[in-house]
Amino acid sequence: MAFERDHDLNLEATELRLGLPGRAEDQPTEKNTPFSGVRGSKRALNEDDSKTKDFSNALDTKKSDQESVPPTKAQVVGWPPVRSYRKNCLQAKKTESDLASGIYVKVSMDGAPYLRKMDLKVYNGYSELLKALEDMFKFKVGNYSEREGYNGSEYVPTYEDKDGDWMLVGDVPWEMFISSCKRLRIMKGSEARGLGCAV
Amino acid sequence: MSSKRKKESPESDGSTRASNFPDEVLERVLGPVKSHKDRSSVSLVCKDWYNAERWSRTHVFIGNCYSVSPEIVTRRFPNIRSVTLKGKPRFSDFNLVPPNWGADIQNWLVLFATKYPCLEELRLKRMTVTDESLEFLALSFPNFKALSLLSCDGFSTDGLAAIATHCKNLVELDIQENDIDDKSGGWLSCFPETFTSLEILNFANLNSDVNFDFLERLISTFSQDLTANQCSELESAFNNCKNLRTLSGLWEATALFLPVLYPACSNLTFLNLSYAALQSSELAKLLAHCPNLRRLWVLDTVEDKGLEAVGLNCPLLEELRVFPADPFDNEIIHGVTESGFVAVSYGCRRLHYVLYFCRQMTNAAVATVVQNCPDFTHFRLCIMTPHQPDYLTDEPMDEAFGAVVKTCTKLQRLAVSGLLTDLTFEYIGKYAKNLETLSVAFAGSSDWGMRCVLDGCPKLRKLEIRDCPFGNAALLSGLGKYESMRSLWMSACKVTMNACRLLARQMPRLNVEVMKDEESDDSQADKVYVYRSVSGPRRDAPPFVLTL
Repeated sequence: MAFERDHDLNLEATELRLGLPGRAEDQPTEKNTPFSGVRGSKRALNEDDSKTKDFSNALDTKKSDQESVPPTKAQVVGWPPVRSYRKNCLQAKKTESDLASGIYVKVSMDGAPYLRKMDLKVYNGYSELLKALEDMFKFKVGNYSEREGYNGSEYVPTYEDKDGDWMLVGDVPWEMFISSCKRLRIMKGSEARGLGCAV
Repeated sequence: MSSKRKKESPESDGSTRASNFPDEVLERVLGPVKSHKDRSSVSLVCKDWYNAERWSRTHVFIGNCYSVSPEIVTRRFPNIRSVTLKGKPRFSDFNLVPPNWGADIQNWLVLFATKYPCLEELRLKRMTVTDESLEFLALSFPNFKALSLLSCDGFSTDGLAAIATHCKNLVELDIQENDIDDKSGGWLSCFPETFTSLEILNFANLNSDVNFDFLERLISTFSQDLTANQCSELESAFNNCKNLRTLSGLWEATALFLPVLYPACSNLTFLNLSYAALQSSELAKLLAHCPNLRRLWVLDTVEDKGLEAVGLNCPLLEELRVFPADPFDNEIIHGVTESGFVAVSYGCRRLHYVLYFCRQMTNAAVATVVQNCPDFTHFRLCIMTPHQPDYLTDEPMDEAFGAVVKTCTKLQRLAVSGLLTDLTFEYIGKYAKNLETLSVAFAGSSDWGMRCVLDGCPKLRKLEIRDCPFGNAALLSGLGKYESMRSLWMSACKVTMNACRLLARQMPRLNVEVMKDEESDDSQADKVYVYRSVSGPRRDAPPFVLTL
């Protein structure tokens, strides 16, 4: 499905972040060869020590780097400088608490008499979730496209988000989805027509 | 028990002595001199003093295990009872050094077993220690009292079991932040039932089966230091710990559990909460009971509010370390900011050691902090996104570190971060006259920056640099300086193999080692490690370490 490939979804545009607009918190790429993707590269060529020149170069490189930021942020080896030991401990704790608290949401299907409950945490992405829904409720969901939603399917997966709005499953990045989804509803295709156009 | 030195004839050195001061008396006089720097000075006075010093020395500190060989050490110092050894370059803590690089303790232990059978203490940092070595240690030194392993690797809990089983006189066991293969299996219970000598037990974060009855018995005899893994089960023990001075571990510290600690906190001077994800209110409530705190380690989950509580409750605080709970997640914006830092500085005027991980900082805030706390000796600021400017003014962070070096004249250790130009390094070279250790990452504009530091900091001993635009000219400008330093590390800079070869050729008493990255071209020296040594190039270098 289209949304499996991150770069089709334009994650950057929909990403919620705090901070001054226009600042890219991008990280240099993993290669440790001198200045691959590191902002300092342009400054390095400038042997002239004039400080203002350095500074304006820094700003220039910052701006131009923003355009070339790769959609997925690669991590720099050994940065921030946290001991592997501490890193591993914190990872372990995070996994523990992640595993401990699932994200359980009610799932309903139009026409079905009973609700079900699902733990969204066990799925790695939309394709797994939809497969699970199909298995659970014995239906087939159509192909998803950003523009037309689930065109041509009898049933359409939707969800209610934190603000109480009903959204089409697949519209937002997966991480955002599982943190904002309050409940799922598998609607009849005819009823869902309006949702595909929701912004 | 110490080796006896042979009587030397009065005129053996060919000169007329001003006084026939008996050797033994001089040795006795020098006995209380403990600091290794003082002892170094003593040994340089004259031959008599050199000899008296070497015979009377009981503790040796070796800051770089490759700077000297075990043979040279044991030949010079016959009566050593305590050894401190440091191995790998510090950036190995952050995965910049491949495994099997070296710094193995085994050869040292083998020689110590013959030359120092009375060895009592061994403190290792960033060394490779195998289970076989630990067992060898436990069996070879009947008087062994204290073992400290910090950031070491190569061993498992089996090795610890050998220590617990065979070291009958163990007083201190300090195992921290090591890369241990945790096989559980209850190594702790290898301590004999009747064991009472242990006073310091520190083994944070092993998942081993901890026999809490045993721990409780141990704890009731502790007067000074305690750390434990799952303190939640030591509730009753804490009521007996009125003299507790340090406390760490605390993995499972929850709001429900913390009040259990309160009775034990009034004399607490060191509190390590850096593995407990506390919120600001929990920390505030705890700190209200810790008025004597001198050193505090926390996670940034406490946020600025938590740090405000630090400023309010801990006027005697000297050291603060704030670690990041989510260092690799750029999308989470919480943690601490410049305002928490400033809040602490207003309340804790005696602060002299700070390690601060944050996602935003301003020049003005840092200037305020050092104005409030001018006595910093260790200032380590880590703005976690590389090249990040002052988030309010968008300027480089040069003025922040300028303020630090201008105001804190006693500064010994500095770690810089954020967007920095050569100006930062000009400031450092000009003002940081007591600086001994400098860590630089993603900073500077040109060779000039590094040259300023090499020229301007007379006491510089350790310089570690990564991902900076410093090249051959900078490297070679330090030719005359590196022998007065312990080591230089440069990785992902602009240094070439030829420059390294030139350095190695010109300075035979330096070891110049290069490690190349997989995809780099032949001329680049990706990772360079330069250090002085009296024992020549390493003989145990693995194939990926090129000795030039």
